[in-house]
Amino acid sequence: MVGIASFGGYIPRLRLARKSMVDANGWFNGSLRAYAKAERAICSWDEDSLTMAVEAARDALCDRPRGDFRALYLATTSAPFEDRQNAGILAQALRLGEALNTMDVGASQRAGTTGLIAALDAVASRGGPVLYLASEKRRAAAASPAELLYGDGAAALILERGDGVAKFLGSRSASVDFVDHYKGKGREFDYGWEERWIRDEGYLKLVPPVIAGALAESGLKPADIAHFCLPCTLPRVAQAIAKQAGLAESSVRPNLDGLCGDTGTAHPLVMLVHALQEAKPGERILVASFGNGSDALVFEATADLPAVQRARRGVIGSLKRRKEETNYAKYLAFNDLIKMERGLRSEVDKQTPLTTLYRKRDMLLSLVGGKCERCGTVQFPKSNICVNPNCRAMHSQVDQPFSEFAGKVMSFTADNLTYCPEPPAHYGMVQFAEGGRMMVDFTEVDAGQVEVGMPMRMVFRIKEVDPARGFTKYFWKAAPTGDAREV
Amino acid sequence: MMAKGIRDKVAILGMGCSKFGERWDREADDLIVEAYEEAIKDAGIETSQIDAAWFSTAIEEQHVGKSGVPLATALRLPYIPVTRVENYCASGSEAFRGATYAVASGACDIALALGVEKLKDTGYGGLPQRGRGALNSMYWANISAPGSFAQLAAAYRAKHGVSRETLKRAMAHISVKSHDNGSRNPKAHLQNKITEETVLKAPLVAEPLGLYDCCGVSDGSACAIVTTPEIAKSFGKQDLITVKALQLAVSNGQEAQHNSWDGSYFATARAAAKRAYQEAGIDKPREQISLIEAHDCFSITELVTLEDLYISPEGGAVKDVLDGFYDADGVVPCQIDGGLKCFGHPIGASGLRMIYEIYLQMQGRAGERQRRQEPVRGLVHNLGGMPHQNVCSIAIIGKHGS
Repeated sequence: MVGIASFGGYIPRLRLARKSMVDANGWFNGSLRAYAKAERAICSWDEDSLTMAVEAARDALCDRPRGDFRALYLATTSAPFEDRQNAGILAQALRLGEALNTMDVGASQRAGTTGLIAALDAVASRGGPVLYLASEKRRAAAASPAELLYGDGAAALILERGDGVAKFLGSRSASVDFVDHYKGKGREFDYGWEERWIRDEGYLKLVPPVIAGALAESGLKPADIAHFCLPCTLPRVAQAIAKQAGLAESSVRPNLDGLCGDTGTAHPLVMLVHALQEAKPGERILVASFGNGSDALVFEATADLPAVQRARRGVIGSLKRRKEETNYAKYLAFNDLIKMERGLRSEVDKQTPLTTLYRKRDMLLSLVGGKCERCGTVQFPKSNICVNPNCRAMHSQVDQPFSEFAGKVMSFTADNLTYCPEPPAHYGMVQFAEGGRMMVDFTEVDAGQVEVGMPMRMVFRIKEVDPARGFTKYFWKAAPTGDAREV
Repeated sequence: MMAKGIRDKVAILGMGCSKFGERWDREADDLIVEAYEEAIKDAGIETSQIDAAWFSTAIEEQHVGKSGVPLATALRLPYIPVTRVENYCASGSEAFRGATYAVASGACDIALALGVEKLKDTGYGGLPQRGRGALNSMYWANISAPGSFAQLAAAYRAKHGVSRETLKRAMAHISVKSHDNGSRNPKAHLQNKITEETVLKAPLVAEPLGLYDCCGVSDGSACAIVTTPEIAKSFGKQDLITVKALQLAVSNGQEAQHNSWDGSYFATARAAAKRAYQEAGIDKPREQISLIEAHDCFSITELVTLEDLYISPEGGAVKDVLDGFYDADGVVPCQIDGGLKCFGHPIGASGLRMIYEIYLQMQGRAGERQRRQEPVRGLVHNLGGMPHQNVCSIAIIGKHGS
């Protein structure tokens, strides 16, 4: 058997009030007013599908050793790189080692589930563990309904042989070139067709047979399903499909619309993680997707689930970790949807020397520093001579990862002078309980809320973007611990 | 065996300093010549008598570019050795150290140190945004100068239990005092007096530093011509001003990486000050130093530095500052010329500009701002970089034989 050994979730902390979007654009498109309630999750300027995937993965990994993974797959249609393997960046950031099969899956809203079926097959045939990640930060044009309905988020699953916390029972797929929307080469935004057609000819005709097939493959009847996950922002469609497929109406899970929004190809997995956080041992979960056809997968929660539920932030914890944003203009600026005067200080050349990036990849992407084998002093970055003034041993350092260290603010400032996409730029010296310190950028801090002694954890974020060359630079930042682990 | 040091081996033969400010109509070579003309006249020599020169610029990509060529060309130096130096904000003091050491070694009879910086050609206020080195740019925090130094305040408050209000008030007093001094200096960029209220109400640049906690940004040049006391006397110079100590301390990554530093002081300044006092034969600095030109890039830098120079006791600078100990009519005036606060900080020139003030004060040539009690020893301090990673220079200048 193959199963889900662990799961994790990440929804960005910022929630944009949809009212602010409708207030700005309702004059142009009155139909947007129907969505004016509730909110959607938005990435801050320093988050994208990769940074969210890292957070979801860290949630799933928890304290698990990272050296034995066979593969890492990433499903997304919003990867920062078209040609530079995005899954490979994640593997480096997560310190999974190099003896690893990595792959990006994309090009369809169905990619999240299609990749998951392939990953489960891979575990069944060659063994695991496999870290399966789905993450999405879709762009939408200003004043579009998509802008209100989309959300940003990520989910992570660790797949292994054995039942795990949820054993895999079976799946079914259908590949149909049904083009409800598409994004052409080099285009910024989706181009979509009429919703009524998508509902009647798409969802309602394509999904039910796939569900029936997955149930047949799992040896289950429709009534055996306790949790039915189907991302769909069209009203009442999931309920109609459930009825058509014979699933109990009570099994239809909330699609998180108005909480985080539709996280695209990650959403079936976001809903699955959400379900895993609430499921009881023995309950069966059906996950279906829609996009150029449909996939459906069935899982059964095991007795090991409750222990893992307690130790994960997941989607529920991420949703609780929330900061309301009512400034739609900020969202436009974060997503480069408006031409902004960013000032002369933003014009410094940000070229990345790729030789340096490669040579220092453990330091820059994995936050690996050094530990002196002679005196035990921990330091970042690693160096040839120990920083301890009473040691100064040469070539004595072994790799010391810093990413999971707990830190405290030793000194800080809120800087209005330096260029930052969201001023003031907060940064300061963070000192770690395990030893070592770092003058580092802060993220997820609010003006006036930082104090000396505040507990911090390290998070993988965008350091800056080189607009001249389209290169996203990543590094680690310090974020308040309280916010990040509130479960 | 302990090195004997530089004390009284080198005399200042002449000095010059350009007007500091937004010199929109002047190129760097114009400022170089402006400072140099004053110095060569003061020294009473010809250009052909200079054996070697040290040239300091820090952000050379904004004006003259690299190498010693810009100085040699501006002054038409006759194929003598010219060395360009850069060491963060201590660059000007580095040029002075190079020239002084050359004379002390006997390799040169007369040497020139000249610094210049044109900072006002960036199109915006504050120091120019610039690269930090390939790898550093990939992981350093998104720091600015005010943001780096502002953190001293957070750590100082945490260590000494000072309230934000009291510290802000002491910082404000520092700026008010410097503006008061600058108002009496025709070469200063800013010559306006300000009030404590203005300082406290100014917009924040980097918490807790407001606009008036930050020094100005300006263009300027300053220079020194040095020789041996014997040669100076042979030129008929009397009441010589000589170099008593030149020290430099450079961070080695300990503050940035090792948890032994608490962020509330400058480890380099303490090391440099101890060595400088030893070199100059000073054991009670609070009583033996007559004047201080401290590197007041930010008010908090000056406050913390006054402790690191062992003038105020640790944790005692707030009281001394508020008591007026460092005012122009106080016990040990600090920034009697207006400091970086009013001169701005054309990086390559600053250290030499500060030595220039001490040199004038020693000779009673400081005009309206001349210290009443005759100064005997003056201390010049520069600090470049960031509190957690920096270069600190200390020069002690005094009357020959003191």
